[in-house]
Amino acid sequence: MKKYVKDLTVKAVEFPHELYVLLKLTDKETLPETVPGQFVEVKVEGSPRTFLRRPISINFVDREKNELWLLIKKVGEGTHKLAELKVGDTLNLVFPLGNGFSPVQKEDEKVLLVGGGVGVAPLLDYGQYLKAHGANPVFLLGARSKSDLLEQELFKAIAPVYVTTEDGSEGERGFVTQHTLLNKEHFDRISVCGPKPMMVSVARYAKATNTPCEVSLENMMACGLGACLCCVEKTVKGNVCVCKEGPVFDINDLTWNI
Amino acid sequence: MKNPVMTASGTFGYGVEFADFVNLEEIGGIIVKGTTLHPREGNDYPRMVETASGMLNCVGLQNKGVDYFCKHIYPELKNIKTNFLVNVSGSSPEDYAECAARVNELDGIPAIELNISCPNVKQGGMAFGVTTEGAAAVVKAVREACHKTLIVKLSPNVTSISDIALAVQDAGADAVSLINTLMGMVIDIEKRKPVLSIATGGMSGPAVKPVAVRCVWQVAKAVQIPVVGLGGIMNAEDAIEFLLAGASAVEIGTANFIDPAVTLKVVKGIDEWLDRHGCKSVSEIIGQLDA
Repeated sequence: MKKYVKDLTVKAVEFPHELYVLLKLTDKETLPETVPGQFVEVKVEGSPRTFLRRPISINFVDREKNELWLLIKKVGEGTHKLAELKVGDTLNLVFPLGNGFSPVQKEDEKVLLVGGGVGVAPLLDYGQYLKAHGANPVFLLGARSKSDLLEQELFKAIAPVYVTTEDGSEGERGFVTQHTLLNKEHFDRISVCGPKPMMVSVARYAKATNTPCEVSLENMMACGLGACLCCVEKTVKGNVCVCKEGPVFDINDLTWNI
Repeated sequence: MKNPVMTASGTFGYGVEFADFVNLEEIGGIIVKGTTLHPREGNDYPRMVETASGMLNCVGLQNKGVDYFCKHIYPELKNIKTNFLVNVSGSSPEDYAECAARVNELDGIPAIELNISCPNVKQGGMAFGVTTEGAAAVVKAVREACHKTLIVKLSPNVTSISDIALAVQDAGADAVSLINTLMGMVIDIEKRKPVLSIATGGMSGPAVKPVAVRCVWQVAKAVQIPVVGLGGIMNAEDAIEFLLAGASAVEIGTANFIDPAVTLKVVKGIDEWLDRHGCKSVSEIIGQLDA
């Protein structure tokens, strides 16, 4: 898939939560082809201490409106600067990068999409893709509390959504792996994106129930192109770049203790 | 060379990773990832940390070994019409020589860059590049095994980089390139632990440029062989500083991570600068410093 370095225009800036910003980007030309689960590397302007680009997963691609959405958690100086962007500003992207989630495997397959925190971002695009291609996605989303749940209405418009919160303010209380859904239903496969402890525990559930499972990693990155070899993950094939060979990996290819 | 702009080893993969962004055939030279006699897994993650105007890395020469390069990567590269140089590293003079001998058999590779300055490996690497005797020993061994143009990449982590440059010149080097990364360290104060897996790493990016320009200036005055300058070049103006300091060519490294199309912008920018200053070629400004 051809990669581009492009200036996109900020079409909308939304704040779904005080810690997050949603940037809707567009371009005069039709946006390049992307696959759910891929990411972009954005250049942060006006932040002298932010030297490297920031890898951000693609939240959603609206082909009709020619929009690419980035849901960003404000963590450090760079992401805070991104939250200051205004409609009409430009943002320089290198994209699309990495390999996305697996394509649809068979008609009517039931795919559980598990997300935690800002890790829910790529699952919106993936869920939409799965539904459009004849699969049956189901979302299981975890957060600290109700106010941390992001894009709930958008997820619900695609497929059933199950929720856990650590304080019980929405859905079931606890972690995603404690949700009663997992004892009741069988899934053909699972895709996960979120904090590593969450992904490890979902991977354990998948292994124990013999369910194929893929996870999306977010190791610290520099180039995003497989050139600098900084973002490596230990796999059964040795150290590989998360940016190029991932960010999505089959749990059987990783060396996690599951 | 078509122009004086090359890509620094370890920052441009094997070139093909950047083919969507730049026409590789328009780059003066592509120095591929550090290659060793045997495959290396490199250091554990985390291998990189961002710093003010730069970054530290401790990749540790991860590569699949010279045989893999010759069999699987070189056949793809040899059809691309530009200068591919192989950066060779090792843990003993014999290692270096054996690896260089394999590369010597590849007709399409015009030159070797000998890395005696990697700060991120336990054995060899920078250890050879910080003493005149060590540097000379490796260069001598490689010189006997390899008849291609031999560029030796020097470490700035030394008392006198000019002395090392003179030693490798006397041992048979055709050129020197400098600087490799500066050894640095970043600490996570909450965990009270170094951020990088091996504690220290090599610093690169615009923060190191003044150190690199100074080194190039000192070495260019000391040696008779050509000097290739690198260290924090982000644009054509940076490259011209190195040329004025005495470099005959430059390498672009970390900037490739920020702008994957930067190399050809630097090529174009140098040409425009030369035009504006009434110069017909780069050779007219090399070392032309009023100091």
